[in-house]
Amino acid sequence: MEEILSVQNLTKHFAKKGIFSSSRTVVKAVDDISFSLKKGEVLVLAGESGSGKSTTARLILRAIEPDSGRIFFDGTEIGKDSKSLDKIRMQCQMIHQDPYASIDPRMKISDILMEPLEIHKIGTKAERKKKVLDALHEVKLEPAEDIFNKFPHMLSGGQRQRIVLARALVLKPKLIIADEPVSMLDVSIRAEVLELMRELQEKHDISYIYITHDLSTARYLGQNISIMYLGKIVESGPIDEVLLHPRHPYTQALLDAISEPEPDNLLKEKKIRINEPLDIDVYQGCRFRARCPYAIEKCKEEPLLEQTGQDRLAACFVKLD
Amino acid sequence: MTFISIENLKTGYETRNGTVQAVDDVSFALENGESIGIAGESACGKSTLGLSIMRIVPDGNIASGDITLEGKSILKMSKSEFAKNVRWKDISMVFQGAMNSLDPVFTVEEQFIEVLKQHRYSGDYKQKISEIVNSVGLTQDVLKKYPHELSGGMKQRIVIAMALLLKPKFVIADEPTTALDVLVQAQIINLLKKLKKDGMSIMLITHDLAIISEVAEKIGIMYAGKMIEFGSAPEIYKNPKHPYTQALLKSIPRLRGDKVTNYIRGTPPSLIQPPQGCRFYDRCPEAMEKCKKDPPKFKTGSGYVSCWLYE
Ligand SMILES: Nc1ncnc2c1ncn2[C@@H]1O[C@H](COP(=O)(O)OP(=O)(O)OP(=O)(O)O)[C@@H](O)[C@H]1O
Ligand SMILES: Nc1ncnc2c1ncn2[C@@H]1O[C@H](COP(=O)(O)OP(=O)(O)OP(=O)(O)O)[C@@H](O)[C@H]1O
Ligand code: SF4
Ligand code: SF4
Ligand SMILES: [Mg+2]
Ligand SMILES: [Mg+2]
Repeated sequence: MEEILSVQNLTKHFAKKGIFSSSRTVVKAVDDISFSLKKGEVLVLAGESGSGKSTTARLILRAIEPDSGRIFFDGTEIGKDSKSLDKIRMQCQMIHQDPYASIDPRMKISDILMEPLEIHKIGTKAERKKKVLDALHEVKLEPAEDIFNKFPHMLSGGQRQRIVLARALVLKPKLIIADEPVSMLDVSIRAEVLELMRELQEKHDISYIYITHDLSTARYLGQNISIMYLGKIVESGPIDEVLLHPRHPYTQALLDAISEPEPDNLLKEKKIRINEPLDIDVYQGCRFRARCPYAIEKCKEEPLLEQTGQDRLAACFVKLD
Repeated sequence: MTFISIENLKTGYETRNGTVQAVDDVSFALENGESIGIAGESACGKSTLGLSIMRIVPDGNIASGDITLEGKSILKMSKSEFAKNVRWKDISMVFQGAMNSLDPVFTVEEQFIEVLKQHRYSGDYKQKISEIVNSVGLTQDVLKKYPHELSGGMKQRIVIAMALLLKPKFVIADEPTTALDVLVQAQIINLLKKLKKDGMSIMLITHDLAIISEVAEKIGIMYAGKMIEFGSAPEIYKNPKHPYTQALLKSIPRLRGDKVTNYIRGTPPSLIQPPQGCRFYDRCPEAMEKCKKDPPKFKTGSGYVSCWLYE
């Protein structure tokens, strides 16, 4: 299958100034990561807060400049030239976490949805209106003509996230990067938005990068998953295999931590397979070493992301099975 | 013996458009040693229920009902007596989002001292603070830190510790794990389990039914201001009765097992003069003519359900 996106050795470090001292520390937000995405594929980027998921997304969209690395989108290398930037900004759309913050409450739904078309100077006014109404039908906000004239506060959280999705769709993107699109929504309507995303993917062959720290919703949408830890991809592969048979100790710890609604949980303590972090430089050797219950002497060196099975990669000297 | 019982509690907020009946005729009781989980979608009245038990409902008022703790009514008791003898001493609460409202200009220790002063605590402050910090699994060095120097999990432990200062018997924890990473969530869950072992009874408010299974013997499901089902955890998880409870459980994405998830179409009614009859009527797959009348509470094995199917 054709590749829609290929990310090669992408790196972005930030200098972080101490609050009380003038000393600077470096945050390796994204550190030499590579992955690719096929047309129509859903790749999940998972990992705890601060692992570099959103930075990766911003780098792909060139909202920030990478320190190094290359990005190819639909056959074009994304660089500083306006042609490649226009291409990625039109054909790759981003959906953010907060449906309340990502749309302007003073704008009518029609204006919110027209805006991207106006920015990219697409179509006549009548054509734009048609595209917007089509997008509203796509996300099943009916009757579209009614919704068109409403303001965001008149809609529920789930409906608002559909508006955000519709706004991404009006430009007919090939890739949608969804950064925690359902984490602010009620559990009871999360599945509604995810199901819609999946339908759109199947219908239009849209590819997704689905960013989340919630592995249970990840499984619903994704085919492949990459687990990030402190700027590195530590494990990747087909989602069911990774989630059912994790190879990396960090993935295993994440999975253990998830609760399922089972009354038996009441009787036992939750197993937490990470240690209290040791006070060591996390960028020396394996980054998970400070918390890893399996660490051995060799882990003072940095493990490489290596093949551990068909389509599976893990960066760990011990590798669980 | 009955530990706490809530009877026909009604709490509302007066607004320009009318009264928002956020807690509408809610009842449940816990035996000694039991904890309860309160679940339901956003705006169904979970926090208002917690705040009502604490008798601090900003901008709202408790219109009727009764709350008894170990046989004594704490709702009929005067405001001053409640403040002096019950609030924070017997019952305390970790407010929703409290970890984000720690004061950025004071150290953790200074904030603990402030809380103890407010409680007019008469013992040794240093010793008390040191004890409480230990009990939530933190080390003493957090005391000298400012909130921005702490991780989310540490801040959550601090606000839990603040609620525990006067050794309450009943702690209401409102969304204590929301917005935390799963690994940190698991640690907070274990902390709640430990508090239970130490003899505390917990009311865990969360929209996450999976987390409730970790700490609660009893579960109350709320919908549009009503507690529509109440019962033991095994009964709610294995044999849910109310169509809303059933739908809520089916909407949870699972890590293992089936990938198909279902969601609940539609939205709950307004809490300002909601329509007569069952509040789930518009969204209920089993709605019938009779449901246009308010369903009473029908007894179940371990609690009750408010649905005409169980008449
Ligand atoms: N503009 C910036 N300047 C300095 N540091 C930054 C900047 N943006 C991100 N970082 C740091 O880079 C790291 C990765 O951040 P990022 O937002 O990508 O994480 P994330 O995985 O999206 O986390 P979350 O789940 O909390 O959204 C963090 O340590 C963050 O503090
Ligand atoms: N101060 C207030 N004034 C007016 N209405 C209020 C006030 N506080 C809450 N409400 C309303 O009361 C209802 C119940 O709110 P409450 O905060 O108890 O819900 P909740 O179940 O805790 O929701 P969430 O899951 O979002 O925290 C909502 O309709 C809310 O808008
Ligand atoms: S390389 Fe070593 S420290 Fe790192 S995850 Fe594997 S066992 Fe743990
Ligand atoms: S009372 Fe009727 S409408 Fe309400 S939940 Fe039961 S069956 Fe459905
Ligand atoms: Mg992020
Ligand atoms: Mg609340």
